Amino acid sequence: MSFLGLAHRTLPPQTEGLRREVREFLSEALAGRSAASRAQSWDGFDPEFSRSIGARGWIGMTWPKQYGGAERSALERYVVIEEMLAAGAPVSAHWFGDRQTGPLLLRYGTEAQRRSILPSIARGELCVCIGMSEPDAGSDVAAIRSRARKVPGGWEITGAKVWTTNAHRAHYMLGLFRTVPEPSERHAGLSQFLVDMRSPGISVRPIPDIAAREHFNEVRFDQALVPESALVGKEGDGWTQAMAELAYERSGPERYLSSVQLLLELVRAVGAAPGERVRVAVGKAVASMATLRQMSLAIAGMLDSGANPALEAAIVKDLGTAFEQSLPEIVHDLLGTEPDRAAVADLGRVHALLLELAPCFSLRGGTREVLRGIVARGLGLR
Amino acid sequence: MSEMRAFVGETVERILRDAVDERLLADAERGEWPEALWRTVVASGLAGVLSAESASLGAGWPEAFDIVAAAGRHCAPLPLPEAIGAVWLLSLAGIESPVGPITLAAAGGDEDLRLARQGHGWRLAGTAARVPWGGRATHVVLTADVGAEPHVACAPTSGCRITPGENLAGEPRDTLEFSGEGVIAAPVPAPHGRVDAGALGALLRSAQIAGAAQAVLDLSLSYANTRRQFDRPIGRFQAVQQSLAVLAAEAVAARMAAEHAFFLAGSGGRMEDAAAIAKIRAGEAAGRAAAIGHQVHGAIGFAREHRLNLLTRRLWSWRAEFGAETVWADRLGRDAVARGADGLWPWITGELSGARGEEVKT
Repeated sequence: MSFLGLAHRTLPPQTEGLRREVREFLSEALAGRSAASRAQSWDGFDPEFSRSIGARGWIGMTWPKQYGGAERSALERYVVIEEMLAAGAPVSAHWFGDRQTGPLLLRYGTEAQRRSILPSIARGELCVCIGMSEPDAGSDVAAIRSRARKVPGGWEITGAKVWTTNAHRAHYMLGLFRTVPEPSERHAGLSQFLVDMRSPGISVRPIPDIAAREHFNEVRFDQALVPESALVGKEGDGWTQAMAELAYERSGPERYLSSVQLLLELVRAVGAAPGERVRVAVGKAVASMATLRQMSLAIAGMLDSGANPALEAAIVKDLGTAFEQSLPEIVHDLLGTEPDRAAVADLGRVHALLLELAPCFSLRGGTREVLRGIVARGLGLR
Repeated sequence: MSEMRAFVGETVERILRDAVDERLLADAERGEWPEALWRTVVASGLAGVLSAESASLGAGWPEAFDIVAAAGRHCAPLPLPEAIGAVWLLSLAGIESPVGPITLAAAGGDEDLRLARQGHGWRLAGTAARVPWGGRATHVVLTADVGAEPHVACAPTSGCRITPGENLAGEPRDTLEFSGEGVIAAPVPAPHGRVDAGALGALLRSAQIAGAAQAVLDLSLSYANTRRQFDRPIGRFQAVQQSLAVLAAEAVAARMAAEHAFFLAGSGGRMEDAAAIAKIRAGEAAGRAAAIGHQVHGAIGFAREHRLNLLTRRLWSWRAEFGAETVWADRLGRDAVARGADGLWPWITGELSGARGEEVKT
């Protein structure tokens, strides 16, 4: 087995100007933000910030201009998002639309859907949430039960989605629903819909997370009526479409940078002449990070050349989340201080926050076990 | 991939696949020198891939990576990686390569090995420990400072006192005591001034590790697909699959780290940084790959005659040779904290990525 798909690559030199532009913008836009706020990473929600980067053309960068895009390369987009993540920019309000809903609609959506949704996502004005998980369907996405029933004038949706990030403030949900109640094959009979969150019959209940943050929700559909035009792609093709969407979701640098602020705060706190234990730990972290970045770039290169990086992305996400999760452990090992959300020092606050957030890194977007199953299948096992 | 790279890759694969079999490896481990294979390797130009002539033909660091990784994958019992590095150092300093075999030695610190002018020539005195194939090589190439100026030296082994040694895999690691005569040395011109044979050795070992980790993965996959227990191939069990997925990820990471380091070295980046990233990450992968490979193989991989332990014994030695992870992590960590929190990301996306763009302040 060889991983020829994951070829070493570098960014074209002309992306350096863009990087400089983004860095300069962020150093001003994020000035004064606390380390703990930066450590929220892509969970940080700030519609004003999203609009400001939309105005600079940094959302939907690769999309056609007619849909509000900038027709830039996947590698240029890569530079922008890695700079956002490394700086701890609050990108959540546009993140899901930019990363997966936009590309999904470009591939499968109707012309009307593209025209009505994509330009607003690109301006940073429109927030989309992703409706996949359900109370009885987590890793086993095909087990979803929420039903979309064909009725005169559209579809009637009944059921529940759960762990839906930003559902309480999103304008639309891109959701996967069952359109055939008892299909012959469990991956069949699923369809994707673009649901206006103002539709009657939808109720949203917050589910505070482990750190008492309110970003994800349970969304109930009680005979919610959506028009026929809400169907995305082909009826019954939902599984294939959702898997393509997940490949976008798993492929980015957010899968190794979630706790980068903790490494930065550690380096800030230890100063220029720390002891050997700190130096060794930091050196190992830098080596991992530099390697993961090259792996992540290799995936961006695959996307840029139109290849499907599903298998490679699973590998990189597995390694990347392990790295993200190792950092709180390393800081605990080095400092041994009690985690304290009200700590005076930034390092203490960021450490406390990331200790609490780290478990989800290897859950969201596909659990570690699911990813390793994908890799094993790709290796010819099963 | 360039045509040249594909051609070189096929050449090294063909030569090593045909020649390096169980018998040759067993003979080598008993101390026999595979002269015929060495001649083939030299005649085919593989050992000189980083020479000036080779560069003029369009071959360089990417091809060198493929050759060294292939040497690791096939357990080639030759100082081929060392010769590739030695030829590069010699060509940097404008010294003609001896016919060979040549190898590479990391200076063990100034106090162990002293290079100094003597009349119109040079004198090298002191001890180089555990030099790969040191007793077999005709010449040893190393780097040393003369005053503050970095030099490359090529010293004949003919006058050396040699104490034989070997690594876990039976590869010769001989200690050489130099007494001085016949040494050729020259300064390394900028921008390569800080080139260090130890860092180069670490770089080469990381690519060998990447190759050997890939071979452990290939062996383990084929074993898991054929070995049956409980009425099915063991590769059907989820627990085994998950382990193999981890092994694959480690093999991919080792390869990316090493290949990136070769790219950095070839683009004129600081070799110490390139070597550090590669040796740390590939070294970690070496330990994990060996452990999973053995776990998947069960008792058979523990038998001396099985190919698996030819690979794992090398992985364990190679990850420690030319500096273990801790040594390189200490150096890389020192550089990292010197850059400070605000300099870390610009460093990773700048120098450590090989980007040529100007440094950007955050």
